[in-house]
Amino acid sequence: MAFWRLFARNRSAVMGMIILILIFLMAISAPLFFPADPFSLAGQSMSPPGENGFLLGSDSLGRDVAAGIAHGAKTSLLIGLLATLVAVFIGVIMGALAGYYGGIVDNLLMRTTEMFQTIPSFLFAILLVAIMKPSIESIVIAIAVVSWPAVARLVRGEFLSLRNREFVLACHTLGMGDVRIMLGEILPNCLSPIIVIGSLMVATAILIESGLAFLGLGDPNIMSWGFQIGAGRTLLRSAWWVCTFPGIAILLTVLAINLVGEGLNDALNPRLRDRS
Amino acid sequence: MEGSKRRARYVLKRLIQAVPIVLAIVVLNFFLLQLAEGDAVDVLAGEAGSATPEYMAELREKFGLDKPLIVQLGVYLKNVVTLDLGYSFRHDMPVSQLVFDRFIPTLLLMTSTIFLAVGLGIVLGLVAASGLNTWRDTAISIFALITYATPLFWVGLMLIVVFSLNLGWFPTSGMEDFAMFYEGWDRVVDIAHHLVLPTITLSLFYLALYTRLMRASMLEQAGQDYVTTARAKGLTERRIVFVHVLRNALLPVVTMAGVQVGALIGGSVIVESVFAWPGLGMLAFEALFARDLNLLLGIFLLSAVLVVAVNLVVDIIYSTLDPRIEMA
Amino acid sequence: MTRLLDIKDLHVGLPAGGQRQYAVESANLHLDANEILCVVGESGSGKSLTARAIMGLLPKPHVHIAKGQVNFQGEDLAAASEARLRQIRGSEISMIFQEPMTALNPVMTIGGQIDEVFRFHEKMPGHERRSRALKLLQDVQLPDPEQALGAYPHQLSGGQRQRAMIAMALALDPKILIADEPTTALDVTTQAQVLRLIKQMQETHGTGVVFITHDFGVVADIADRVAVMQNGLVVETGPTEEVLRRPSHPYTQALMAAVPSLIPRAARPRAEEKVLRVNALTKTYRGGGGLFGGKVRVVHAAKEVTLDLTRGETLGIVGESGSGKSTVARCIVRLNDAEAGEILLGDTDLRPLGRAAMRPHRAKIQMVFQDPFASLNPRSKVGRIIAQGPEMYGASRSEAREKALELLRIVGLDGRAYDRFPHEFSGGQRQRIGIARALALEPEILVADEPVSALDVSIQAQILDLLDEIRDRMNLSMIFITHDLRVAAQVCDRIAVMQSGEMVEIGPTAELFANPQHPYTTELLAAVPGKGWFSADGKALTEAS
Repeated sequence: MAFWRLFARNRSAVMGMIILILIFLMAISAPLFFPADPFSLAGQSMSPPGENGFLLGSDSLGRDVAAGIAHGAKTSLLIGLLATLVAVFIGVIMGALAGYYGGIVDNLLMRTTEMFQTIPSFLFAILLVAIMKPSIESIVIAIAVVSWPAVARLVRGEFLSLRNREFVLACHTLGMGDVRIMLGEILPNCLSPIIVIGSLMVATAILIESGLAFLGLGDPNIMSWGFQIGAGRTLLRSAWWVCTFPGIAILLTVLAINLVGEGLNDALNPRLRDRS
Repeated sequence: MEGSKRRARYVLKRLIQAVPIVLAIVVLNFFLLQLAEGDAVDVLAGEAGSATPEYMAELREKFGLDKPLIVQLGVYLKNVVTLDLGYSFRHDMPVSQLVFDRFIPTLLLMTSTIFLAVGLGIVLGLVAASGLNTWRDTAISIFALITYATPLFWVGLMLIVVFSLNLGWFPTSGMEDFAMFYEGWDRVVDIAHHLVLPTITLSLFYLALYTRLMRASMLEQAGQDYVTTARAKGLTERRIVFVHVLRNALLPVVTMAGVQVGALIGGSVIVESVFAWPGLGMLAFEALFARDLNLLLGIFLLSAVLVVAVNLVVDIIYSTLDPRIEMA
Repeated sequence: MTRLLDIKDLHVGLPAGGQRQYAVESANLHLDANEILCVVGESGSGKSLTARAIMGLLPKPHVHIAKGQVNFQGEDLAAASEARLRQIRGSEISMIFQEPMTALNPVMTIGGQIDEVFRFHEKMPGHERRSRALKLLQDVQLPDPEQALGAYPHQLSGGQRQRAMIAMALALDPKILIADEPTTALDVTTQAQVLRLIKQMQETHGTGVVFITHDFGVVADIADRVAVMQNGLVVETGPTEEVLRRPSHPYTQALMAAVPSLIPRAARPRAEEKVLRVNALTKTYRGGGGLFGGKVRVVHAAKEVTLDLTRGETLGIVGESGSGKSTVARCIVRLNDAEAGEILLGDTDLRPLGRAAMRPHRAKIQMVFQDPFASLNPRSKVGRIIAQGPEMYGASRSEAREKALELLRIVGLDGRAYDRFPHEFSGGQRQRIGIARALALEPEILVADEPVSALDVSIQAQILDLLDEIRDRMNLSMIFITHDLRVAAQVCDRIAVMQSGEMVEIGPTAELFANPQHPYTTELLAAVPGKGWFSADGKALTEAS
């Protein structure tokens, strides 16, 4: 509970948390307020915000921008969370093995992450989705594939420094097995940075997803903010609202997650707290 | 000079170290190609409308597509080494020629972006850190926080709305105004004029990143022991910040600049497609729509090589900043 | 006559909401020219902040001078402007620090860093600055001054870096040199050299030196006067002779009593039964090199080390950093794999055993570690830390709990510690927990790797007593790794001396101290600070004895 007190002391983190909860509520209540398919024609096309019963206007096909934003929230959060979970899972396993055992495993992993750092990751994600055909699964996989090396590097570094700590050596002198040392002794000590990088990664994943959808690589059956902006970009001159509002939604969501992530960082890493 | 000889050896070593990475990317590229549904023959057959199975088998044999995977990989490697990246059936041109044509605009965009993002990021981070908790620091931090959360393509679109459509200060798209037939200096100015909005768009996210990093790095270095030593020597705060702290604080920023080059190229796909900037990113966007995988993979490969090259430059810069780097 | 330095009623304020209001409270100190004043105290005594307050180098803005005067030749520096302080720093008063690696700017050459001092305080042409810097580096006896001028800090050894720091501090012949634990990070032999250098420079220049230290041995060697600090208060001041021979404050007496004597304690009879025999143990590390050339560095961490251990005996392994003493310890407990030699526990050679084959023997050799903050898992409760060993070897949960509680009592901790986390304990208490963990498997041999070197002297003595008591009570044999010959003299029956991977000498403690055979042992013994001062009972020797 000391954690929550520390977290609550950071006002911008609390604000981020509130925004995030609101977006989450919007995502789960979308079918309630906008029961119709967000792809369906809801009325007069190109209506400016506030007219013809459209809160945030409609696009060239008469689709409701507000409905799209509400339904898109679910897509963004879902893909962001899923991709992060997969990336963290892979990254922790790879990083733990490399950092703990060193040697060949480590070498292999470091070369792999080096390669991943060299590859333009967004381009790689585009390629993967293009090859696998756009769908929720392929987008999640593509984002996870380009994201896990960052986690692996972090976890490797933590394991590398912790594996020679005296408390770990003490476990060796007791004859404790490797798996138990890794999971029971070392991993709990690097949960904080993993949580922090994971939370920040959700934000990045949402940005990647919106970028893919903007380029037309979103799941064609699911409404997404990036898709809305991509579809509205030809209307910049005549209907600014189609692009503007989904963009603000992305901005707010990513900002909120970043704020929460930084709040977590400050609360979980007391050493760094007084720095800024 | 002993020093320059050592530097040359260091560069050579880094070059050799880059080879396996490039090779790995080529292999990855090959397998991605395999992963894709259908091969070149399917594409050809699709183009032609209809083809008999016998004819397709014949074609496969001709292209070597019936050989074992490992043999195909060997052929692919050989092709890549001789700069043969395959054929784009959509453009009816060799992929290598297509991507080299589009290489310069991307390089231009990237260079201007790196200079703007890193340069301004360092300045802003420095200003924020030296005025810790003043209004300047707060303003810069909020600016960085917001731009760090903004999707590139949206910024691009909003900049077009404001600066091109409403204010009319900058062109909405393209790299130059072909209708004007500019030459010499006028052409340079014209291209620079077109370059402004794409550069700002692509820079913003990285600008935020480097600003935050520079600020944190300055603050961290300011707490180090050697700063106390410098103070104990009677140096002015100005000299301490600009000579002692700055150089140490730059190190992680330079490292990060190298790491982010790959991401920057990824971002250029979006920015180029928003501004119709005729570079590799735009080409990738077109290839994506035309489902031209061969071309997409060629772009992928070339941009990876570009990243390796830029990383090498960054490494060399880093080695001049940090004497602890072993150049032997 | 005005004093060179006269500190009056100095209060150093800490940030609000902390444990204490003042880090230093009403301190009165003075320093004359050509005098060395040692400020001694344990961690948290406020000695370092006192030193920094003199130069106005307190960590801003939280820590500040709340009250009092720092009179330098009659001028109150506590009230001086920042510009005036800058004039004084580096030219009239200068400072050297504990860790020369971090105290020097890593990306600037030594010459460049010395040059700055000249440039900021005096107008002189570049070639003159250079020749003066070179002269300084010669004065502090750096082996190759010309080269050192262009070297970066990481290219010098620890002792060389500290010499360079001293050169920089003395560049403009300051009236006062403040030295904040300048030898703590160095090996004993290097420490002795650097102390000699400081003394020498001080004498030739007539400098007044404020020397901060925690080590009474160092005080005895170089101080003219001593000030003892405890919890922010100066509890005793006086000439070195007086304070060391007749300490008046109980804290000073306690501190002095805690300094282990160099005179070995009485020898104990040696048992016949050999519990451990190590034959020609060899371990090398290879670094650098790799696929793309570069020199392969081969470090012989242990070269054919041979020793044995009888039941109930404590064998000390002493040496400086890099001597290989810790490597030997870690090879014996099989944390490191030696590539040649034998480690005979009874009749079993442990060296070639794989992990599974080693497991049944693990319990017999246990280890106590150096760093009480790194040796306990911060996320595990103390009870778990101690009980998990027995549980792994088949004890039931309740049996393991009983065992852990008993061990906590044996090492002098309350049973309530069982449900607490390590961070709730002090360094000394954590070390006790570490000992309890090692004892939980009822080992025959305890390997202690520098178990007291991270602790304050007063705590050190308690832990050493505890180890002694446990050894006798449980009939343990002990291998005790240390860099501190005083500690070795008090706990070890026999001592092995190691230098760069080789064991140069081994013998009963008293014999080795009285009649060292190897020149390196002689050098080590000669380098122990304050060796003429402290007798067996911890009191300073009087002239008569």
